[in-house]
Amino acid sequence: MSSIFFQFLQALLMLLLAPLAAGFISTVKARLQNRHGAGVLQPWRDIRKLFSKEVVLADHASWIFRFAPYVVFTATVIAASVVPALLPDTPLSLTADVIALVALLALARFFLSLAGMDIGTAFGGMGASREMTFSALAEPAMLMSVFVLSLGAHSTNLTTMIHHVLSTPLLIQPSIAFALVAMLMIAVAETGRIPVDNPTTHLELTMIHEAMLLEYSGRHLALMEWASMVKILLFATLIIDLFVPWGLSLDANAAGICLALTLWLLKLSILFVVLAVLETGLAKLRLFEVPQYLGTAFVLSFLGLMIHYMLEVQL
Amino acid sequence: MSTFLSQQLIDGLAALTLLISFALLAQHRMLSVLHWFAAQGVLLAVTAALVAYSSGEHELYISAIMTFLLKGLLLPWMLWRVIRSLHVHREVEPLMNNGMTMMIAVVVTLFSFHVIQPIAVTSELMTRNSMAIATACVLLSMLMMITRKKAITQVIGFLAVENSLFFAAIGATNGMPLVVEIGIAFDVLVAALIFGLFFFQIRHTFDSMEVDAMNASLIHKDDEE
Repeated sequence: MSSIFFQFLQALLMLLLAPLAAGFISTVKARLQNRHGAGVLQPWRDIRKLFSKEVVLADHASWIFRFAPYVVFTATVIAASVVPALLPDTPLSLTADVIALVALLALARFFLSLAGMDIGTAFGGMGASREMTFSALAEPAMLMSVFVLSLGAHSTNLTTMIHHVLSTPLLIQPSIAFALVAMLMIAVAETGRIPVDNPTTHLELTMIHEAMLLEYSGRHLALMEWASMVKILLFATLIIDLFVPWGLSLDANAAGICLALTLWLLKLSILFVVLAVLETGLAKLRLFEVPQYLGTAFVLSFLGLMIHYMLEVQL
Repeated sequence: MSTFLSQQLIDGLAALTLLISFALLAQHRMLSVLHWFAAQGVLLAVTAALVAYSSGEHELYISAIMTFLLKGLLLPWMLWRVIRSLHVHREVEPLMNNGMTMMIAVVVTLFSFHVIQPIAVTSELMTRNSMAIATACVLLSMLMMITRKKAITQVIGFLAVENSLFFAAIGATNGMPLVVEIGIAFDVLVAALIFGLFFFQIRHTFDSMEVDAMNASLIHKDDEE
């Protein structure tokens, strides 16, 4: 019973923390650019404002357009609740498979693109086609980099993989470093941040993610925005789980969970500060250079795979 | 430092060497190719020093220092001077597009791993794991020579082959005898000097550094005669 409660709590925590994380990133970015910033709570205020506004629908909008925000939000939240943030052993941990996770995110993306095309505006279709092109390259690379780790753990289940990392002694494993770099590059691409996509852009021609949301308003827009914030937190937690899981609480006692929570927040803030620094320092890539960026990530994770076989498997 | 840790470190350096071979293939700009080439030299020197330390073969220290001075500093600097004084176009011009080259590179890596695996099993050295990587690096450098148009990038590919062979020698035998190594080092130096002179001659004769252009010009001359 209590484990189900903890599972629920963990999912709720992810959901509530996501806008704060987005606010944290933009605040750090603002400080780095010598601006004051709108504060950590701004995304929450935005969401509240959007929920209280009425929905404006285009005449041509079909049921898909109205349906999509709920699908996107639900799929993303389910994916987020499956990723262990504090406790690896929860009732849902059997379903915490990386392939299932990628499939859930693909479902969300599929409906997002459908919604982008549904309204029939040029920008929505353009955004959808770009999103699909890049995700077709990003998904294999992401799976490949996860496979580098699952080769050691003999499983694609997140909980098993976390237990494997926790139980093996610390070694210098070059393959994991390669997988980590690839994973960071892909996480940036998948969550639509600079240098692949600019989340705050107002220039329609450079948009990818935002282009599909252009026609949304009110609670639909709120759900879409919230889903993309949850996605950032999800990727950050996934990276923490796969590469630096130390500190996760193995059994559900209060002290362990407090420690796990503190360490998780600490790791998250380090990751987000790095992201903010990168976003401040880098310019957005030209659209036609993005496939090359994703190709580099793929080659890196493939090298990780090869190096795992060459160096780390004892013959 | 325990043997285990040094083996781990050598494995890590081997992984980096493979990464640099891929990076050399992927570069667009002449200057960054040279940077990566210099990095490869420095990495080789570090590897040699580490193997010298962990295996107790003190001769390897000398070759480590030689590698650092020659391949890490001197050769990249000389090539850079040649490129600058010849006003070669600063972009690398590959024959195929980059994605295709990368695909071939990945296949080449797989192939060399497949070929070396049965040999590596029989080796007793602690560097045996890096043999597959050294082979892959040799083949990747050859791929770089094949897929480039400019004579200069082909020469860098050639020097990278030599670097990878040196790495293979460290990995397979804990280094060659010092005399051999000094001989090879000076051969490479002289080769680089001759290449440098050659580039000036080639430019003087053909007005171009592209291999295809040279061939075309020769055929044209034959026809005239």
